[in-house]
Amino acid sequence: MSELSARETKPAEGLGEAKAAGAAVSIATHLQNHLREYGMLLALIVIMGFFQVVTDGTLMRPVNLTNLILQNSYIVIMALGMLLVIVAGHIDLSVGSVAGFVGAVAAVMLVQYDLAPALVVPACLILGIMIGAAQGYWIAYWRIPSFIVTLAGMLVFRGLTLWVLAGQSVGPFPRSFQLLSTGFIPDIFGVGRPNVTAILLGAATAAILVFMAMRNRQRHMRYGTEDEPFAFFVAKNGFIAAAIIFLSYLLATYRGFPNVLITMAVLTVIYTFLTNSTTVGRRVYALGGNEKAAKLSGIRTERLTFLTFANMGMLAALAGLIFAARLNTATPKAGVGFELDVIAAVFIGGASMSGGVGKIVGAVVGAFIMGVMNNGMSILGIGIDYQQVIKGLVLLAAVIFDVYNKNKAA
Amino acid sequence: MEPILEMRGITKSFPGVKALDDVNLKVSHGEIHALVGENGAGKSTLMKVLSGVYPHGSYEGEIVFDGRPVAFSGISDSEKIGIIIIHQELALVPLLSIAENIFLGNEIAKGGVIDWSETNARTDRLLRKVGLKESPATRVDTLGVGKQQLVEIAKALSKEVKLLILDEPTAALQENDSAKLLDLLLDFKAQGISSILISHKLNEVSRVADTITVLRDGRTVSTLDCHKEKISEERIIRDMVGRDLAHRYPERTPKIGATLLEVTGWNVWHPLQSDRQMIRDVSLRVAEGEVVGIAGLMGSGRTELAMSLFGHSYGRNISGTVKLRGKEIDVSSVNRAIANGLAYVTEDRKALGLILEENMLRNVTLANLLRVAKNGVIDNAEERQVAERYRKALGVRTPTVFQKVMNLSGGNQQKVVLAKWLFTEPEVLILDEPTRGIDVGAKFEIYGIINELAGQGKGVVMISSEMPELLGMCDRIYVMNEGAIVGELAGIEASQEKIMSMIVRS
Repeated sequence: MSELSARETKPAEGLGEAKAAGAAVSIATHLQNHLREYGMLLALIVIMGFFQVVTDGTLMRPVNLTNLILQNSYIVIMALGMLLVIVAGHIDLSVGSVAGFVGAVAAVMLVQYDLAPALVVPACLILGIMIGAAQGYWIAYWRIPSFIVTLAGMLVFRGLTLWVLAGQSVGPFPRSFQLLSTGFIPDIFGVGRPNVTAILLGAATAAILVFMAMRNRQRHMRYGTEDEPFAFFVAKNGFIAAAIIFLSYLLATYRGFPNVLITMAVLTVIYTFLTNSTTVGRRVYALGGNEKAAKLSGIRTERLTFLTFANMGMLAALAGLIFAARLNTATPKAGVGFELDVIAAVFIGGASMSGGVGKIVGAVVGAFIMGVMNNGMSILGIGIDYQQVIKGLVLLAAVIFDVYNKNKAA
Repeated sequence: MEPILEMRGITKSFPGVKALDDVNLKVSHGEIHALVGENGAGKSTLMKVLSGVYPHGSYEGEIVFDGRPVAFSGISDSEKIGIIIIHQELALVPLLSIAENIFLGNEIAKGGVIDWSETNARTDRLLRKVGLKESPATRVDTLGVGKQQLVEIAKALSKEVKLLILDEPTAALQENDSAKLLDLLLDFKAQGISSILISHKLNEVSRVADTITVLRDGRTVSTLDCHKEKISEERIIRDMVGRDLAHRYPERTPKIGATLLEVTGWNVWHPLQSDRQMIRDVSLRVAEGEVVGIAGLMGSGRTELAMSLFGHSYGRNISGTVKLRGKEIDVSSVNRAIANGLAYVTEDRKALGLILEENMLRNVTLANLLRVAKNGVIDNAEERQVAERYRKALGVRTPTVFQKVMNLSGGNQQKVVLAKWLFTEPEVLILDEPTRGIDVGAKFEIYGIINELAGQGKGVVMISSEMPELLGMCDRIYVMNEGAIVGELAGIEASQEKIMSMIVRS
């Protein structure tokens, strides 16, 4: 159909010329163009730096760093699922209650029925999937707003948690179950401290990331779509690799990598891949961007919404298990308010309330911004009252920053 | 005659683009002044300068209104002195009544308490002026688009309008409503109200306009006085696109083959009102290489027919058979319809056709993702090749395929939608208003693409409200009215009169 393009090519009106200009942009303009992407990462670094200074170095102390990861793992894990839910144009308010409920069920199975963790963990994950599916069913096939369905779920599962635990804490758990959260990757080299395995794992991760970034850049160059200045590319990847190796070293001087860090990292990789490279991921974005157009393009939007919530249920269950394992007890209060931290993390990470926009990496960074602030303020002994106020303001500021950027671009 | 408005040497720049370059516009007292130009020619920008959306100081040049230079800092300033603009997208609140809408932000009230009897009385008078027979208490969402348009105009009249600006007022109207609206403009003219009419429909422009100003690429190309000489549509088009369109519809020698698609006894009921039949016993066929038109007024069931055929996307209790090359096919879901060789380009590309937030590449592959994926993993290189191929083949004007489609012009967006459906490799394409809201040049290109597809032996069903387009493009035309096919004409024997008489007599 080559003869169709009879008219000469001219760029459509109103397009930024800078974007078309290719590799010639300076580092400053590049940063400006990608302000949103790097903004939150920079914010995280600044916040970490700030607390590192005001806590006299306590923040980055290996023990605290390990703690920070353990404390945040369940928020990060739920943020992965919540990102998909929010990108699909929905919300899930029930995740905190579901996490609490699944933790409670696990506790009862482990302690009162004496069942093996190897049985309890998969059973609880399936329970989570079923809970998510039950909520997703009404949202997807009956078109009941997710806000309402999951608000109901939040109440229902909070109540069921109390009922299952009979209002009391249940614990402690067998050692093997606790490993889910408080276990560490053993040092296969037997050195102990520093943990050589952890350092090697960190170095390997850094190497893989750099290798993949280079391959990606090469591919983009081949298509002429690379707009990142080379110096910036080197600096960025060098920094990321150094940061990973440095943090691994810090962790290695304590007890090495917590199991949950591996779980978190693997899940983050899986969900990044899912959202970036698979047809399912692509379709979730299309669904959130324009449900009607997606439907008319042959996408089974109902089923996709349903699956998104089932997935959220599974991750909420996993988070509930990890949280219970960490506390070594299931309490009726477990998971209260988690949904707010998780949703805040996703929005801080740049997702759009109206759906169709958002990144896994953003959600993870958002979760760590919340986590570092929680941790740092606790070290400083700032009261829970001020902590809430500050966290609220940070969420608002992040979204205002987003909207401001968008308006400026338009 | 004394001009009511003179815009002199207006220049407006955006970063990197000069949207308006020394534009002059002179509107005389009591005339209808048409402003025409391709999409992106600068019409809307000029009207935004005039109405104060772009405040004084953000542009160069001067505006003289009613003999006095003016400098607006916002839209309320221009409204105060009688310049009222009615946008293409109506700005009515659907759940409020006509009266509430007309006086929204301008309520007749004492101390914050609305005087309803006065409001309703005044609304009544305004409605009579625009010839709308509705109660002031009628909720706006119960009115059709044509009547809503009239409410907008009544709202403008409530503000003591001196210069009325209508941006594509008839784009969403069917022919008789458009005619009524144009008559109303002529009425206003008789009352001394000047208006600026922005329109793509040149037959309307030549019917009512006293003067025509043509913009192209942000410049005034010509100002034509319709009373001095007879202005032909060809002349206007030439000025708009800067070259002659030898023919408005590109030539094609039809090579019509065997019957491709055959629909028999198609019945569809309304999705909510189960006793309302929307499509009645429709049968039609499309052959290889044939462009088949479906003519009819708005509400005649054309879109409902198309959407119900395409994966039962509209309606309930659907019955009838669809055959492709003589074999019955299953079209009960969008997936199956696509798999069986159907494609449907919707009439509303923004709401139903595109993911505006996503780039061109992602929109093109959306309906056939599996073709660029292996085991559910998308092959980026392959996907990009596909997008580039269609960018070239359809002449989509965008710097890269990674441009968000919301930043493309209407014509280019439409090409992206077409690309999406071509990538599903359909045998039959149903095109619903494929040239709505796009400019003359892009229309011509879309026609070229349609001819090309027919040349490849695909069957094309074309639904359009613009009868000249159907007459210019189609080998055969079905005429629809009230959900049934009331006539069939061969392309050569068809005429607007014949189609209308079929509709009227059915």
